[in-house]
Amino acid sequence: MSGVQTQDGTQWNRQDFPEAAKEILEQSQTRKNVQHATNVIQGKRNKVVAELPDWEDLREAGAQIKAHTLRHLDHYLAEFEANCTAAGGHVHWASDAAEANRIILGLVQQHDAKEVIKIKTMTSEEVGLNATLEANGIAPIETDLAELIVQMGKDRPSHFVAPALHVNRAQVRAIFQKEMHLPDLGDRPEDLATAARTYLREKYLRIKVAISGGNFLIADSGGMCIVESEGNGRMCLTLPDVLISIVGIEKVIPSFQDLEVFLQTLPRSATGERMNPYNSTWCGVHPGDGPQEFHVVLLDNGRSPILADKEARQTLQCIRCAACLNACPVYHQTGGHAYESVYAGPIGAILTPQLHSMKEGRSLPYASSLCGACYQVCPVKINIPEVLIHLRGKVVQEDQATLAGKFSLWNIGMQAAAFLFADAGRLGLAERVGAVGQKVLVSKNGFIEWMPLMLGGWTQTRDLKALPAQSFRQWWAKEKAPSAAAKNGRVSHG
Amino acid sequence: MRVSLFITCYNDALFPETGKAVVNVLERLGHEIEFRPEQTCCGQMHWNTGYLREAVPIIRHFVKVYQDVETVVIPSSSCVSMMRDHYVKAAEMDGDAKLVADVEALLPRIFEFSEFLVRKLGVEDVGASYPHKVTYHASCHSERSLHLGDIPIRLLKRVRGLDLQPIQNIQECCGFGGTFSIKNPDVSSAMLADKVRNVLNTGAEVCTAVDNSCLMHIYGSLHRQRTFARTAHIAEILASGYDKEVTAEAFV
Repeated sequence: MSGVQTQDGTQWNRQDFPEAAKEILEQSQTRKNVQHATNVIQGKRNKVVAELPDWEDLREAGAQIKAHTLRHLDHYLAEFEANCTAAGGHVHWASDAAEANRIILGLVQQHDAKEVIKIKTMTSEEVGLNATLEANGIAPIETDLAELIVQMGKDRPSHFVAPALHVNRAQVRAIFQKEMHLPDLGDRPEDLATAARTYLREKYLRIKVAISGGNFLIADSGGMCIVESEGNGRMCLTLPDVLISIVGIEKVIPSFQDLEVFLQTLPRSATGERMNPYNSTWCGVHPGDGPQEFHVVLLDNGRSPILADKEARQTLQCIRCAACLNACPVYHQTGGHAYESVYAGPIGAILTPQLHSMKEGRSLPYASSLCGACYQVCPVKINIPEVLIHLRGKVVQEDQATLAGKFSLWNIGMQAAAFLFADAGRLGLAERVGAVGQKVLVSKNGFIEWMPLMLGGWTQTRDLKALPAQSFRQWWAKEKAPSAAAKNGRVSHG
Repeated sequence: MRVSLFITCYNDALFPETGKAVVNVLERLGHEIEFRPEQTCCGQMHWNTGYLREAVPIIRHFVKVYQDVETVVIPSSSCVSMMRDHYVKAAEMDGDAKLVADVEALLPRIFEFSEFLVRKLGVEDVGASYPHKVTYHASCHSERSLHLGDIPIRLLKRVRGLDLQPIQNIQECCGFGGTFSIKNPDVSSAMLADKVRNVLNTGAEVCTAVDNSCLMHIYGSLHRQRTFARTAHIAEILASGYDKEVTAEAFV
């Protein structure tokens, strides 16, 4: 995703995760905001999930519907295209970000629009649509409250369900005061909502072109579904003359009936609600009712190669609920910006490096302790730790193919460890050598308080127990082996 | 029962007391323990860091050492989860059908230590006595891979004199994650700070778990901060203060 401009005018992928995370760990207000928000959402999610006796069955059903659709994606996409077209929609295919931007820009220019209203769409963030529109004199206006905050604050989204999760009420007030010219604005939630409502209402009524993403493409009817909480989506989907939806190809499901599963799991997982306040489904165009021109841009942008990778294919099952972000202890500490990608958190750590080449986001598969909290909450059962390990394997193989990688400390260390683990004699000898050799590192209190090179990160904040004089295997050989041998009737030569 | 102990590489080198405790508890329950000195490592460090090809020979070695045993007991849930979650896949990746079959035949005979006591032996009271304030950290692999649930808690509740203190966010990762703690030291330290705060808030003298890897990490901070709290593997607690008047048969 390099070259894709964010709303603060910078690029994603500026630095690796450990460095980006370190910067954020020093921002105590951001960390507090993130921890508070994720705790609240996670708490609500756990409560409403516990209400469903068939939650595990729903997860399994969701996973199977998605896996089935992905195995037959060519079929379902063609079916969607045929039905959407028959209902009066126009289907466009974009193989990458540039093509998606070109198509959408062309459509907007065709209608001479100088402004467009937008429903929160991460796919448009993924392709950098706002920057493209702005460069061509078109103002994209975000109508989702959080996206509006991010846009006005010249910030970047940090969470794909709650993009402004890293910002608190006081900070929102300051942004609105400045950008909406409201010096007397209060900081109560209703003050802020009223300000946003007043600002946006006029735009809905005036602007004729809307851009959205999509939660589900429904193959058997050619319909679409978007769920949201604020009603801004409903306005954008019904008031303008022209609606353009940019949707990843993996968002298709076979039939309307399948929504039965996802409309139970998605809101519970995403916002801890039993049902979204607004569930919009529509199909093509209808004279005198809603937009009279409807376009769907189906985006590949690196998805097909993911589909071709048997181990990683499950990545595309994602329905973007962000439950894995809210559950992730790494995300709790760093928030989304550390991932340097539109897609943050555990799912971002597997999606980002796959969407383009592994050259970008190589540090992301390692941005996890593999604790498994993400997999536990995933409503479509993506085994994120398994995919993370698979991607780590790719990173290592790529590294080992270069001279620098082959002679890196990591590779040498891991090869040495593999050599020791291949034979117990070598391992036992290494333990004894280590118990003597560590003496230069062991402090008077018996602990290692400093280690060199890449191990130094450990001892910056943690002491390490020194190797004891006797390993377990030595103890066994001395204390237990002779008696065990005697009992077995063997002669001990010890 | 004849029990073969896989001590694991880091327990062997760093925590021999845990191994001795496992031997102690199982022997007094009347079982015969064997230790095969050919054993090395489960391969988790290599596998989880992405050195997948390098992990396969280590896995093959493990299977070779243990394939004829009755039961393997391992005082580490993360090593057991490595076996249950990844061994078949690793063998398949290597294209070795015999290794796949050997792994599948061996896996049902592999147990984590507390799981072995409660699920296999049906023992909750091992006759231990440990008059200390203790809190229990549910390690990630014990919770989300092995699904041990309240097994360790049930064992701890039967220990005489033990005052079990509940901890906040019991299931949240301590931030160790093997090489994660080296590749992402700052994030790992921040996660650890939360965990250690929760440990200290319990007022416990001892934090226990079924994994010494987490405990090594947690104690790394407890020691650095010069607190008086310490850590102990659950086997060491269960091996404490054994009442010799009670015969081993009583617990089988």
